Amino acid sequence: MIELQDLTKRFDGFTAVDGVTLSVRPGEILALLGPNGAGKTTTVRMLGGILAPTAGRAVVDGRDVVREPQEVRRRVGLLTEHPGLYLRMRGDDYLHFFGRMMGLSAEVCRTRAASLLRQFGMAEAAERRMGTYSKGMRQKMALARAMLHDPPVLLLDEPTSAMDPHSAKLVRDAITGLRHHQRAIVICTHNLAVAEALADRIAIIQRGRIIAEGTLRELRARILGPPLMELRLGHAVDGTAELIADLVEIEARGEDWLRYATSDPEMVNPQLLRSLAQRDVRVVTLSRVPRSLEEVYLRAVRGIGEERMRVVDGRVVTES
Amino acid sequence: MTAVSAGEMPRDQSAIRREPVRLVWALMEREIRDTLRDWRMVIPILILTLLFPLLMSFVADMALGWVAKYGAPIVGERMMPFLLLVVGFFPISFSLVIALETFVGEKERNSLEPLLATPLSDTQLYLGKTLAAMIPPLLAAYLGITVYIAGLYVFEGWLPSATLLVLIVLLTTAEGLVMVSGAVVVSSQTTSVRAANLLASFIIIPVAFLMQAEALIMFWANYHVLWWILAFLIVVDVILIRMGIHIFNREFLLGREIDRLDVPYIWRTFWARMAWQRWAFGLDPDKLPGWLAWLGVVGGLYRYRLPSILSGSWMAVATVVVALGLSAGVGLSFARWYPLPSHFLQLDQVSPEMFTELPAIDWLPSFTVWGVLANNIRALVGATLLAVFSFGALAIVLLMAPMAIIFFFVVQAANAGFDPALFFGAFVMPHGILELPAAILATALAVRMGAVFMSPPEGMTVGQGFLRAVADFLTLFVALVLPLLALAAVLEVHVTPAVVVWAFGR
Repeated sequence: MIELQDLTKRFDGFTAVDGVTLSVRPGEILALLGPNGAGKTTTVRMLGGILAPTAGRAVVDGRDVVREPQEVRRRVGLLTEHPGLYLRMRGDDYLHFFGRMMGLSAEVCRTRAASLLRQFGMAEAAERRMGTYSKGMRQKMALARAMLHDPPVLLLDEPTSAMDPHSAKLVRDAITGLRHHQRAIVICTHNLAVAEALADRIAIIQRGRIIAEGTLRELRARILGPPLMELRLGHAVDGTAELIADLVEIEARGEDWLRYATSDPEMVNPQLLRSLAQRDVRVVTLSRVPRSLEEVYLRAVRGIGEERMRVVDGRVVTES
Repeated sequence: MTAVSAGEMPRDQSAIRREPVRLVWALMEREIRDTLRDWRMVIPILILTLLFPLLMSFVADMALGWVAKYGAPIVGERMMPFLLLVVGFFPISFSLVIALETFVGEKERNSLEPLLATPLSDTQLYLGKTLAAMIPPLLAAYLGITVYIAGLYVFEGWLPSATLLVLIVLLTTAEGLVMVSGAVVVSSQTTSVRAANLLASFIIIPVAFLMQAEALIMFWANYHVLWWILAFLIVVDVILIRMGIHIFNREFLLGREIDRLDVPYIWRTFWARMAWQRWAFGLDPDKLPGWLAWLGVVGGLYRYRLPSILSGSWMAVATVVVALGLSAGVGLSFARWYPLPSHFLQLDQVSPEMFTELPAIDWLPSFTVWGVLANNIRALVGATLLAVFSFGALAIVLLMAPMAIIFFFVVQAANAGFDPALFFGAFVMPHGILELPAAILATALAVRMGAVFMSPPEGMTVGQGFLRAVADFLTLFVALVLPLLALAAVLEVHVTPAVVVWAFGR
């Protein structure tokens, strides 16, 4: 549904997006994460047919963004970083205008608009001028605009920002519903909890390049290493580490706990428990240490930053 | 999620054909509705549309009575058509306000990107915005004109002639379009409404001058001159609309946040164009001794760079040559319409002293090599500067004028019984054979500099295209035009007089 091959965008000598290669299948949600200025918005603008790439190729729903930008725009629903509403317009008029722009008949437009506004709990605000809307309502109206023509591809920049928890849940549910309807969705966000909850795959972009990409599980394994296990004992750990030293390598320890990493917990953990039980060590719990997307993200971003810096002739240079 | 998506909807051929118009119409309609929702815009338009014209008709009525008392009814009679122009112009001044914030205002309110994400093409977006900025003030202007005429008819029983009315309506429309198309160009090229408002003086000042000129013409009652002004405005409209469409740039609108004069970047871009491949008559330029290094640069200039500039400027050269042909035709026509008395050209009395006495005429340059050369350089540089501010047009006009004069005198010489070919061959050809190509080339490059603003080269911004055109102009001027002009000046001072005296003199 979305195919990017070495997609590059340069502005006056500055490379905003540098050889990005990605794909998103129908019914899949890709979260595009990265620091401010990493190239997320530029990538999305190229995918949305708004900006032309300097090099590389992007195909959206079978249409090339360079050769058929208008057809691409017809097939994409874009939620921009700022809602960007016409505040003097009424909500229903606004959706009607964008429906006309997207080629919907008045009837289809009315039906779709009413359905979306109901879905987002905005039905009663439809006849109000949008200048009277709260931030969250504006964001939901912008999302309704992006979904109005039921596009096969959705590009959502911070879809739940400025929303209260209830509204954010409505939006998350709507996005999940779109996945079930085989829409290909790209979400740009700084909200890692949203990305973790919604995304099938995650791509981390930094300085215009994709530095990590995969499912959350794959990224955890690749970036953070093997799963980390925590063993809690019913007494102080004195001497326990030495008892299991031949099975695992201890990564950290506290007064009554130990942490170790293992790439094969199904095999190692039973052996370890057996060994401890034979030596009368009282085990309270053995559990996997939860590792969040935040940890993955920070490690990925920081790691790449370190790798790219080298000292040449006494000066720190950043490799491009 | 049950509806058919827009991307999948079957569309028949007629719907596809109508789509551009439908999109422009939808955009225009929305923008107009938005304008009419703003009472700060609507109330002044209503005042200028309804109250001001009524006031004008009352003033005209009073003034007519007052000037008639002093035996000068003609002042009143001339004032009524002038006020017709004024009541039409005041409402269209609002079009400037609306147009100035079309793109940059939306950018500031962050509402531009959703619009750019629709299937609208750049041209459709530009046209929709331009029409939306144009239509409400223009309708208000027509209404104001109607109210004014109705008022005057009631007070004075005066009605303008149909021709005058058509002329005023067309002038009002063309002026409105000039302001709107100019303002939309400004709006699409600035990064804030404040900057757009500041730049609007480039539109307001010329239009203010134009209004003053029109006022003088209307009091003079020489209305046919206004038709020429109308024709000029239509040409400017076409140029500005074409320019607006060509230089409209989504990336600029979305990407640039502040206007910054990046001098190092300007210098780098300019200097990059001033570099070319070296050539040293078949030798390796890198192996030349240091004191001969210039040979590779100069060789490359004449072997690679100048042919490249000339081949890239063929259309501008062709335009200038065609314009010169037309100006020769104008000169010939004027000579037939305004024949000089036969004794005016006494070529058989030409003497060498006649040329040396020329400096006695104040406005002519001294008839020395330096004097002629300096004058030609001054004229071409002046034409180039004018070209920058007139999309290249004034540079061509300045070159057309002497050509028309030359051919005017060629015909007068024939009328006086001289051989026109001999006249042209003696007075013009000896130095003109070098001077004319030099002037044509310099003017063509100047035209390119001006035309960049209307149509920058593919893949370049206006600034990049302009810097490239300036670099090409300077290269060609120094490497080719200047040497040709210098040689032509030598010939003009030392050879042409001798040829003229030989051909015609005593």
